[in-house]
Amino acid sequence: MTDLTPDAAPGRRHGGSLLTLDARTRRRNRAEARFRAYGIGAILIGLLMLVVLVVTIVSRGTGAYTQTFVTLDVELLENKLDKKGTRDIEAIKKVSTFGYTPLINAAFETAAQKAGIETALKPKDQAAILSKSAAAQLRDYVLADPSRIGQTVSFRFLANSRVDGYLKGRVTRESIANDKSISAEQLDFVDQLIAAGMIRKTFNLDFILGSDASDQRPEAAGMGVSMVGSLFMMLVVLVLALPIGVAASIYLEEFAPKNWLTDVIEVNISNLAAVPSIVFGILGLAVFINYMHLPMSAPLVGGLVLTLMTLPTIIISTRASLKSVPPSIRDAALGVGASKMQAVFHHVLPLAAPGILTGTIIGLAQALGETAPLLLIGMVGFIASNPPDGIAAGLLSPNSAMPAQIYEWAKRADPAFYERAWGGIIILLVFLVTMNTLAVILRRRFERRW
Amino acid sequence: MNDMSRVERAVEIKQTKMECRDCHVYYGDTHAIKNVNVDIEDKTVTAFIGPSGCGKSTFLRCLNRMNDTIAGARVEGSFMLDGEDIYDKRVDPVQLRAKVGMVFQKPNPFPKSIYDNVAYGPRIHGLARNRAEMDEIVEKALRRGAIWDEVKDRLDAPGTGLSGGQQQRLCIARAIATEPEVLLMDEPCSALDPIATAQVEELIDELRQNYSVVIVTHSMQQAARVSQKTAFFHLGQLVEFGETGQIFTNPEDPRTESYITGRIG
Repeated sequence: MTDLTPDAAPGRRHGGSLLTLDARTRRRNRAEARFRAYGIGAILIGLLMLVVLVVTIVSRGTGAYTQTFVTLDVELLENKLDKKGTRDIEAIKKVSTFGYTPLINAAFETAAQKAGIETALKPKDQAAILSKSAAAQLRDYVLADPSRIGQTVSFRFLANSRVDGYLKGRVTRESIANDKSISAEQLDFVDQLIAAGMIRKTFNLDFILGSDASDQRPEAAGMGVSMVGSLFMMLVVLVLALPIGVAASIYLEEFAPKNWLTDVIEVNISNLAAVPSIVFGILGLAVFINYMHLPMSAPLVGGLVLTLMTLPTIIISTRASLKSVPPSIRDAALGVGASKMQAVFHHVLPLAAPGILTGTIIGLAQALGETAPLLLIGMVGFIASNPPDGIAAGLLSPNSAMPAQIYEWAKRADPAFYERAWGGIIILLVFLVTMNTLAVILRRRFERRW
Repeated sequence: MNDMSRVERAVEIKQTKMECRDCHVYYGDTHAIKNVNVDIEDKTVTAFIGPSGCGKSTFLRCLNRMNDTIAGARVEGSFMLDGEDIYDKRVDPVQLRAKVGMVFQKPNPFPKSIYDNVAYGPRIHGLARNRAEMDEIVEKALRRGAIWDEVKDRLDAPGTGLSGGQQQRLCIARAIATEPEVLLMDEPCSALDPIATAQVEELIDELRQNYSVVIVTHSMQQAARVSQKTAFFHLGQLVEFGETGQIFTNPEDPRTESYITGRIG
């Protein structure tokens, strides 16, 4: 019933053979080919960046997972460590690390003699190739089991970061010209010890499990304690952000009347998601620490701040997944006489759950990698504490977090810390990739079933 | 219109189940239903016909207060179910919907097993005391929904895995599992092929024994086949309401005649 008659149709009729392309089609095909090329180019650039990133991180970071150790036979002399011979732990504790230094020096002397190493270095300078924490290491070992006093034990000392760098190729004879902490003679001595099989570079579990160390001892620094700090923060975020976020979204999406007030709330939640994280940090400082007097540097405060930051992400993704549940499911439930709440909790929420979980995991991953707010609440800096014992201590005692620890190492002067920063990034990325993979698996596993 | 055979059947005088007077519905500023008066009789199939957007679905949704869930919808007038105003403040829509069940345009089984689909309503209304009673209710509903023979061996299979026609019959079984008194059907066959449509229509005719059925349909043949009473809606107004046979053979209003002969709509 159209008014157009065939004659009135505007434009030319397509004439000519189908086997030859007309100019218009050729132009269109060329444009399409160009667009495909742009797309492939963009993907290649993206892939290249990813490869550069991964290669850089792996090549610089793997060094942190091996460490140079010096294995020596140490004679734990009774007359130095336990003069009265009572094996009283309190008496042994009174011997400070200075009491252990001569034992280590003596161990070097006998080791050099045994291996037939000729060196002009004094035993004290020989022992200087060890970490500054060597004496403390030995003391801890003795305190753990005082019955070892009087025996000669084979002990694995950490070499200092210069020696470690020498074995990893970071430190050379040229680069130490102005370095007061190690000399060419000491490097010669190290070469001889390597030949004698006493210095070895092995996998260093302490980097993954240990705690941070002071500026002078990069070789002893580890990620472990900051990992625990991150874990406790994530616990706080999960416990607070998930229920609050899901409850808020369900209310806003399913129950709240649609009026200007809910519109304002909605817009502001979206705005919150775009607020720079450092703003949440300064808010946390003002509210949680200055006003509520929660302890500084505590994972509890960090977790609260990150909860504020993660909430909008969780709310937005939860609302999106609630919205994606077809209204016919709600109608069906209401139609058989379910109440609003029954419809939501029996039918809508289970269908939205994979989306909610995915959003939560992505939010947690975001929070895990967040550094800026932690700077403001004091979770960055040298925190050489031992792993916290118990949940309360884990929440309230000062701690760092993985990204803050990496930042802390990257800004220290010693290049050995730089290597550890890259190593820390590998751990952080492993966590993030694992979490994101989990999110993808969840999404795939519970794909829409309607 | 060659399928008028059923129109001639006798219509007995029946009790009025629902009585709707001076009904108006507004969506925001839109006046969707204008002064509609309809009586729905017990054990009768009442069809609502009319062009798209004429308000027949809106009016249907008023009958079990499904419009409550639509933001900005406002309902005026009196809707009496067995002499009780369903819009009374004391009425909980949840209780109402247990009495006035609904089947939707698109088959919408829950993404659960066939058994759970049917058992959901009785479960939330506490109609079964134990598993055996529930089994009985489910079987009865599926039998009445004319789908028992097709699904009895796979009650644990997901309801969404059935064909469109089976899904719709499952939804009908789900709706009648709660023993409603009135069954509302919003274009129940529009997503179905002719064979499935025939099965559902046959089912509707059987349901008439026990329930009062209100069906919204775009197909005038369908209205003629399954209903005893027909209401013709146009632009939010009830143009004509009466015996199906009369509406289709001898309509009073010229608009009705134009619609059923295909000149408008």
